[in-house]
Amino acid sequence: MSDTFLGMPAFPQAARVALHNTTLRANLRHATHTIRAKRAQAVAELSDWEQLRDAGRQIKDHTLRHLDRYLIQLEQAVTESGGTVHWAVDADDANRIVADLVKATGESEVVKVKSMATQEIGLNEALAAEGITAYETDLAELIVQLGDDRPSHILVPAIHRNRAEIRAIFTSEMAAWGRAAPDGLTDSPGDLAEAARLHLREKFLRARVAISGANFMVAETGTLVVVESEGNGRMCLTLPRTLISVVGVEKVVPTWRDLEVFLQTLPRLSTAERMNPYTSMWTGTVDGDGPQDFHLVLLDNGRTDVLADAVGRQALRCIRCSACLNVCPVYERAGGHAYGSVYPGPIGAILTPQLRGTTSAIDASLPFASSLCGACYEVCPVAIDIPEVLVHLRERVVDQSGAGHRTESIAMAAVSWALRHPSVLATAERLATTTRALHPRRPPGVRAWTAGRELPELPAQSFRDWWKENHR
Amino acid sequence: MRVALFVTCVNDALFPATGIATVTLLERLGVTVDFPAAQTCCGQPQFNSGYRRAAEGLVRHTARAFAAYEYVVTPSGSCAAMVREQYPRLGETSLPKRTYELTEFLVDVLHITDVGAYFPHTVTYHPSCHGLRTLGLGDRPRRLLHAVKGLELRELPGADECCGFGGTFAVKNADVSVAMGQDKVRSAVSTRADVLCAADNSCLTHLGGLIRRQQEPLRPLHIAEILSATEQHPYLPAELTR
Amino acid sequence: MTQAARERILARIRSAVEQTPDVPPPTRDYLTAHTRDDPTQNTERLHRNLTEYRAIVHRATPTRLPTLLAERLAAQGAQSIVVPDGVPDAWFSACAIQRYGDRGPLTPAALDAIDAVITGCALAIAETGTIVLDGGPDQGRRALTLVPDLHICVVRTPAQIVPSVPLALPLLAPDRPLTWISGPSATSDIELDRVEGVHGPRRLEVVLLETEG
Repeated sequence: MSDTFLGMPAFPQAARVALHNTTLRANLRHATHTIRAKRAQAVAELSDWEQLRDAGRQIKDHTLRHLDRYLIQLEQAVTESGGTVHWAVDADDANRIVADLVKATGESEVVKVKSMATQEIGLNEALAAEGITAYETDLAELIVQLGDDRPSHILVPAIHRNRAEIRAIFTSEMAAWGRAAPDGLTDSPGDLAEAARLHLREKFLRARVAISGANFMVAETGTLVVVESEGNGRMCLTLPRTLISVVGVEKVVPTWRDLEVFLQTLPRLSTAERMNPYTSMWTGTVDGDGPQDFHLVLLDNGRTDVLADAVGRQALRCIRCSACLNVCPVYERAGGHAYGSVYPGPIGAILTPQLRGTTSAIDASLPFASSLCGACYEVCPVAIDIPEVLVHLRERVVDQSGAGHRTESIAMAAVSWALRHPSVLATAERLATTTRALHPRRPPGVRAWTAGRELPELPAQSFRDWWKENHR
Repeated sequence: MRVALFVTCVNDALFPATGIATVTLLERLGVTVDFPAAQTCCGQPQFNSGYRRAAEGLVRHTARAFAAYEYVVTPSGSCAAMVREQYPRLGETSLPKRTYELTEFLVDVLHITDVGAYFPHTVTYHPSCHGLRTLGLGDRPRRLLHAVKGLELRELPGADECCGFGGTFAVKNADVSVAMGQDKVRSAVSTRADVLCAADNSCLTHLGGLIRRQQEPLRPLHIAEILSATEQHPYLPAELTR
Repeated sequence: MTQAARERILARIRSAVEQTPDVPPPTRDYLTAHTRDDPTQNTERLHRNLTEYRAIVHRATPTRLPTLLAERLAAQGAQSIVVPDGVPDAWFSACAIQRYGDRGPLTPAALDAIDAVITGCALAIAETGTIVLDGGPDQGRRALTLVPDLHICVVRTPAQIVPSVPLALPLLAPDRPLTWISGPSATSDIELDRVEGVHGPRRLEVVLLETEG
């Protein structure tokens, strides 16, 4: 994965900083609460929601079990319809393939459709190192790029910014990247969208090369699908001569028919719409319509490691709807940057440590960045049991006995031994209650608790002792 | 009917009143209550913290402690959820089928929603995440509260949002945990209820700690203590009789 | 290099899943449609859902269509239109404005200078308020319906309307470039609040053309 985030502090420290940023908290609260109610309504319209969710899960699990077969089928179908398929083991591989393809066109700039995979591999930075400028064309990505910022949400990477901040970024930064923001730009979302339209229009019209990801790839037909709202995707997928799509291997679905499930669930879950404004589907190249040169780069970059974990592999079902972020109480307060990855929120907390491993401070802290409340699992359109995977990854972190877990391991073993011996437990409880007046108000080790909360008062007698006295 | 009370380690050590209220309530409804003394902890703290092996030992221990009982009743949505949801993954399949969270046992097994309680106070109810999402308790607790004489139930805004306790999350991510809890307390205070009720003392330990730190005019109380109160034996803490 | 990568990825996949029992294809017990396939209902529903996402929807008979198109182009201030070859000339019998065919073909810059595009469609989906273009003769290549700022799309009712997504997919050819359009361009990128009009046509007008059979 991109090393943009390496060296990040562990989640709790990063979250603490975010919590003190009142603008950020207000922005996130406003945005996530707005979308929650709308999503619930969009889902409630479908009486067969549970069946669609289950079918989505089954399609993904079936595909993952036979991923080799479906990728080969996809490769064949794409090739037969005029595309070229490349395979990339890791980020470096993929970046090199893309850079070489762009250089072969003789171009030094590309337009980009919002793509998680290309963020994950740090493609823009890799292209810049080769003298190629990548222009992000999704509105939120544009905000992030112009603001020299990092994405904080899967669907709305600039969710941490409010309209006033966006206005300021456009006003000060657009000129350096192309057409300047209009004079007297207001912070109404309509005006901001218009400024982005004008700024990007000239880039779309002259672009010769586009880079995209894809939401789905259909193995039996070789069709790629991009789901979007603004039309920047259509611009990139239609006007340039060369199109390069970088797509994670897990995005393949076996059949054309499988789209009927995801095209019903994805828009409702991500933007709370019955259908998103634009969905583009293309199969290889078409004479006289759209790019005449199409390359598909199939990306592994850790996905096969995830696939090898029988519990963790369900994370590969993800269709990047971002509903889990929008309902997550931890994400709402900590913000996306605290997760130290292009994949924030609950799905990020299970995907990032699997893709990157759990050796760095941030990655080892991610499985613990959850109260296990289960709201993410409840909304997930492919039924990823995120709490299950979180707990599973906690085991992995503990087994590695990473920083901070060694003392805890010893304590946990001692407590667990005592808990298997009720008489020891009873004695300990009695000791605690009889000496309760002697306890320090802030005993060491519970400082984290008492920083914001009082400790519970110890009762005069345990239940166990009460029962003994009152029920034989 | 005879049931085993699984009081849980948190209630045993910190909230004996909840255990006592559960016994009082069940006996009033004609249920014979046993307390198998071998019981300790369900293993959830170990399991959720990544100590699977330690948890497995407690799973076996707990399963043995309750092996003889057809009904095991616990006043904890969280521990009931651990048994129901995770025990099968940890090799124990029998106990999950025999374990009931208290409100679930009252409504589904005893088929009672009016337990004859009396509690002349305003109450708002926080459905814990494990009760709400893992056990699917639905409106059972609120139906029980509705039937309590004298009780006025006030809807809690954002009820389905987590309070921020989350076991070791409360300590490992203390800042986020406190922020979530503060929002929950603010929401509860906005109802102007006297009592913040839940079916889980783990949530209430966290919320109660915040309430006391912030000196909010709100009393955290387990639902068993409300349901056990009657006109003959009312619940009479000083805070509620002012 | 990519060949070695291919073999390596496929081998890693095989070793990752070889211990996993087979997972059968999905059981599809979800609905084929959420509404009854009734021609009148389909049209009503499409109309309502398109309107909800800020498309302007009209009803017209074949006789009335030319006048309606002329009126709409005038109302939107369009001075020029581009029209794919397969659109009947008769639709424009009441239009006096500059009309372009896709000759050359037109460059993106040339299209950018044209105010509007008028097309037919492959089909429309009532439940989701979606029209689908497949590059057929009355729709042209994708750039035509993308660059001009006003798109007027004529849907033949009830023949071209299907109730749902599952009923639409089998009627569409995957080897054609498909564009699904549900209302005009929109974004939720600012505070997750939806606003219409970014890069695609900011104005979408749909004419539900009443035809027989």
